[in-house]
Amino acid sequence: MTYLKTALLAATAIAAAAPAMAEWAPSRPIEFVVASGAGGGTDNFARTIQATLNREGIIDNSVVVLNKGGGSGAEAFLYAMQNEGDAHKLIFGTNNAYLLPHVAQMAYSMENLDPVAALALDEFLIWVKADAPYETAADFIEAAKAEPGSVTFGGSQSKDTDETLVSLIEQTTGAEFKYVPFNGGGEVGVQLAGGHVDAHVNNPNEALGQWQSGAIRPLCVFSPERMAESDPIHDGKGWHDIPTCQESGVDIASYRMPRTVWMPAGADAEAKAFYTKALRNVAESDAWQEYLNKTSQTGVFLSGEELSQFITENETSAVEVFAAEGWTSQ
Amino acid sequence: MGNFDLLMQGFGVAITPMHLLLMVAGVLMGLVVGVLPGLGAPNGVSLLIPLTFSLDPTSAIILLSSMYWGALFGGSTTSILFNIPGEPSSVATTFDGYPMARSGESTRALTLAFMSAGIGALTGVIVITLLAGWASNFALRFGAPEYFAVYFLAFAAFIGMGSAAPMKTMVALTTGLLLSTVGMDTITGSVRLTFGYSELLSGISFLVVVIGLFGIGELLSTVQEGLRFRGVASKIDLRDVLKTIGELPRYWATSLRSALIGIWMGITPGGPTAASFMSYGIARSASRKGKAFGTGRPEGIIAPETADHSAGSCAMLPMLALGVPSSATAAVMMGGLMIWGLTPGPMLFATKPDFVWGLIASMYVSNLIGVVLVLATVPMFAALLRIPFAIIGPMIVAICFVGAYTVSNSTFDLWLVLLFGMVGYLFSKLDYPIAPLVLAMVLGHKAENAFHQSMVLSDGSLAIFFANPLVSAIMVVGIALLVVPKLLAFGSRFRRRIPVE
Repeated sequence: MTYLKTALLAATAIAAAAPAMAEWAPSRPIEFVVASGAGGGTDNFARTIQATLNREGIIDNSVVVLNKGGGSGAEAFLYAMQNEGDAHKLIFGTNNAYLLPHVAQMAYSMENLDPVAALALDEFLIWVKADAPYETAADFIEAAKAEPGSVTFGGSQSKDTDETLVSLIEQTTGAEFKYVPFNGGGEVGVQLAGGHVDAHVNNPNEALGQWQSGAIRPLCVFSPERMAESDPIHDGKGWHDIPTCQESGVDIASYRMPRTVWMPAGADAEAKAFYTKALRNVAESDAWQEYLNKTSQTGVFLSGEELSQFITENETSAVEVFAAEGWTSQ
Repeated sequence: MGNFDLLMQGFGVAITPMHLLLMVAGVLMGLVVGVLPGLGAPNGVSLLIPLTFSLDPTSAIILLSSMYWGALFGGSTTSILFNIPGEPSSVATTFDGYPMARSGESTRALTLAFMSAGIGALTGVIVITLLAGWASNFALRFGAPEYFAVYFLAFAAFIGMGSAAPMKTMVALTTGLLLSTVGMDTITGSVRLTFGYSELLSGISFLVVVIGLFGIGELLSTVQEGLRFRGVASKIDLRDVLKTIGELPRYWATSLRSALIGIWMGITPGGPTAASFMSYGIARSASRKGKAFGTGRPEGIIAPETADHSAGSCAMLPMLALGVPSSATAAVMMGGLMIWGLTPGPMLFATKPDFVWGLIASMYVSNLIGVVLVLATVPMFAALLRIPFAIIGPMIVAICFVGAYTVSNSTFDLWLVLLFGMVGYLFSKLDYPIAPLVLAMVLGHKAENAFHQSMVLSDGSLAIFFANPLVSAIMVVGIALLVVPKLLAFGSRFRRRIPVE
């Protein structure tokens, strides 16, 4: 029955889109502009989509990946602004696309970007060193409250997702941390394993190696429900055994980072429909499922109205944190 | 103890016809991207990543790492022949490699560079083989203050032993530091010194500056000297290559010291570029003919090349064992690891011994392949210098601009190349040293970040740089490198003066 329903839906969608689709197809190589340096999470996201598109035969045109990670990714979004209306460019980012202009004076604004889709949500967890005295997230918060500023959080970049989350924890619980920004999740991971900081909020993928080896352990995950079942990773525990932060007394229901795809504003609406369909095909492929499993991300497919709504909610809650911390630039 | 057995097993994995073919292909592609300035290893490797999705992870990493070695070899070629560093880490090779090539000994210069590169790489791999477990634990002891100390040490080693006028060195150094602060700052998240140009948001690329300073700057000087790019008519045959190999054992001390410096900088993630500068600086002061450095001394080629490559191979260790990439290329390869479903980290050695030891074994083999292949290209590259300037000059201009454009596909960078070409010309006319500027651009931002992080951690107390034996030891060595040569010079001047009075 579900199949029938999907088939019907798909059929109507195709019927509706067919006349439009026939009119637009890429006529030259497509540029994937990545808002991070080579090798980061966003880069892997874009390159996996690139490989899937070509291997599954979803798009026959060749795809060129360009890394423009300068200024926390602002370089890529500026590039979109400079190439207004170009339907052969897709920009790959996170929530940095709409959060950056709030914390730094940027030449671009959301007017210059057209959201196409979000394909995955990356989770955040609190990680501490394996031999740390805290058993639960509540213990950890208590320790930080007992001696304000004594507990150090390492994180990636400044006023970016990590620091926003740490500030959110402070604002929710009243605890006070010391935040030290580093250059990326990998660097932060080593700082924790070496005992130079007390905690970090790395994504599952960034922390997996150190957890496997028993150097660090997770306290809780900032998602509404526990993560998917997985094979045990260390000490018989897998991703599903990690309590949500709300369960363990930190009242933040959800803090996740969307992996998003954008187009320069002013591009053909039919081109957008073309890419949305192509990305939907990617999201439904086995290769994509495999990528999500390997990187422990949660799969979603948001486009159109749903995506705009998600962005508005995500932006509003982040801007509240920025305002409370006094980071807002405008 | 078990490492040797594991390595033998690794050779079993690495030496198959398919893998050997991948190594040759990888090294050749690497040579091409390494020779073209701007394209470079990180770009080359990231272009290949999607192609590796259909390979198994071991074959994929063998292909990518071979390309990396190839690019490291190739990067020295243009440094020596045209004074344009193909890779950031081969900047220091230009200091003596280019003068040697200009004096008609391009075959000798290239051979020295490639052989030392091979020796450095092999020493690095041997260290990885023997010390895999220990070295990765050692790297865990490096927090922000220790990082700062390592960068400080690199600065001190290079600057403290410089021979240029101290004021001019200071000017060059501070210009470099100033340039490295442009763009968005990691620690505060604020945008600095962009003057409203959004092109400057991501900072000024080090490679663009280097291409301008060295490539265009040198060209301008040549033009002024009267368009003689002396079509060097040296005989070019393979016997010269063999003769140069024969003179290598004479420089064993330089090789050994440089390899050790490289290993140190590779394991403590200082990186190959810092390693090559530091090694060059120390070689200059250790050599009794110190003043002659910069005029084509063999040690001036051996030192940076050996250190660069031993650091390059040792840098694979923190990447595999800790998940910290210590070079841009390592960062790209780490991304590849994750896509292939491998998690870099301490457990990788236990869970995927075939992969890890296959890679390590392949490093021995592909570096040997690399040395043989590049030595075979020496006569061909050396012959390039016979081409008259009227033809090669415009080609160099084209290479410089194309190279600068490929760094980040920005036309703004082309203007920067022109600007820094002028700066490079003025620097060489007015006898300002370029090297401190380049070093400050490479390390300035990293050192600043590490310093700022340390200050956050310690609430502003400088005592954090002497808080434990490790960091104090590095700081003390650094300060000694900075102060002792000056004291010695002062002392000897003082002693010389006494008889006169």
